[in-house]
Amino acid sequence: MPQIFRRRSNSVARASILGVVLLLGVGGWTLDAIWWSPHVTRVNVPIEQPVPFSHEHHYTGLGIDCRYCHTSVEKSSTAGIPPTYTCMTCHSQLYTDAPLLEPVRRSLITDTPLRWNKVNSVPDFVYFNHSIHVNKGIGCSTCHGPVNKMPLTWKANTLYMKWCLECHRNPAQFIRPREEVFNMGWLPPADQLAKGGELVEQYHVNTRQLTDCSMCHR
Amino acid sequence: MKQSFRLTLGCGLALLLTSGCRREMYEQPKDKPQSASDFFPDGAGSRPLVSNTIARGHLNQDEQFYTGKKGTNLIENIPIPVTRQLLERGRERYDIFCSVCHARTGDGNGMIPQRGFPQPNTFHRDSLRQAPAGHFYDVITHGHGVMYSYAQRVEPEDRWAITAYIRALQLSHDATLAEVPPSERARLEGGRP
Repeated sequence: MPQIFRRRSNSVARASILGVVLLLGVGGWTLDAIWWSPHVTRVNVPIEQPVPFSHEHHYTGLGIDCRYCHTSVEKSSTAGIPPTYTCMTCHSQLYTDAPLLEPVRRSLITDTPLRWNKVNSVPDFVYFNHSIHVNKGIGCSTCHGPVNKMPLTWKANTLYMKWCLECHRNPAQFIRPREEVFNMGWLPPADQLAKGGELVEQYHVNTRQLTDCSMCHR
Repeated sequence: MKQSFRLTLGCGLALLLTSGCRREMYEQPKDKPQSASDFFPDGAGSRPLVSNTIARGHLNQDEQFYTGKKGTNLIENIPIPVTRQLLERGRERYDIFCSVCHARTGDGNGMIPQRGFPQPNTFHRDSLRQAPAGHFYDVITHGHGVMYSYAQRVEPEDRWAITAYIRALQLSHDATLAEVPPSERARLEGGRP
């Protein structure tokens, strides 16, 4: 009875083991790269909106405070998307003929809200609250990135749980003085960790609870 | 023996059926603030107040505090104690909501008028210096001329805080160096070029 395998089969077997390992490695690496790419995370991808609103123009160009429009950010779970009435406070007099603003005018006349597309969202099992963050010294730009430089708005961070935990495990890295929360140009000082540690104490941030499941999930 | 193996295998396969790729936890059948909803005919998850009802905590019985008026007359003074804390709050709210037009100094030359919006009156003219406190509250609440109402953006207590801060701006605008306390005066003079 002849041999089923030839001598060469040994090399083929070894090569195929190597091949499988390589395939798994390269495949895993590729999947990982795709998973963290903007195609999936939507980070740094400007979102299409009914009106091409520019935070850069309104914040940096005109010096309007975040809270002028996002009025509930200090006292509610949501920062609040402004009603059309807020836009028209100025645009009843400025750029009154601009075609770009036609949807805004129509919205006010017909009393129908503009349907903005959400840029930052977390899954429904996450109970995120804006007010506790801004009142404990977490600035807008820490999570939302350089919104003051965004002509169209995009998401600056993944908002994955891994990302949330980076701060919840050690908030001293990111916390800033309360009066700097709405300053989009704030930069951490060289001794952020030391200063941040003091603020964590001062603002009574209970770091032992910050990583409890029930902090964010109910 | 063979039967228990089959049972285990069967249970194992049945378990597989319970796992899935649906995102029901991600997208739960609930409405978050300002979310869209296919339940209500207007497509909005947030509901308007039911007419002829009062939301809990919004009875607003204190006429002077909530309208700035007594009957039809504007009230002369701020109806709550003016503390340093109230003034600080007023400055913060003024800078957020008012300074875009009225400017941080109150002279009415803010960034928005600089871009073509009709310029508001300066707070430092006599008619506004002598205006009753209720006037400022009333204007914030209902708007004035081309100025829209800020009732949805500024809470009643903050409207009084802003009123108090406008008074502070008016007082300090024409103050002389002699009126500045000695400790602060040194700082002002030291700041000269």
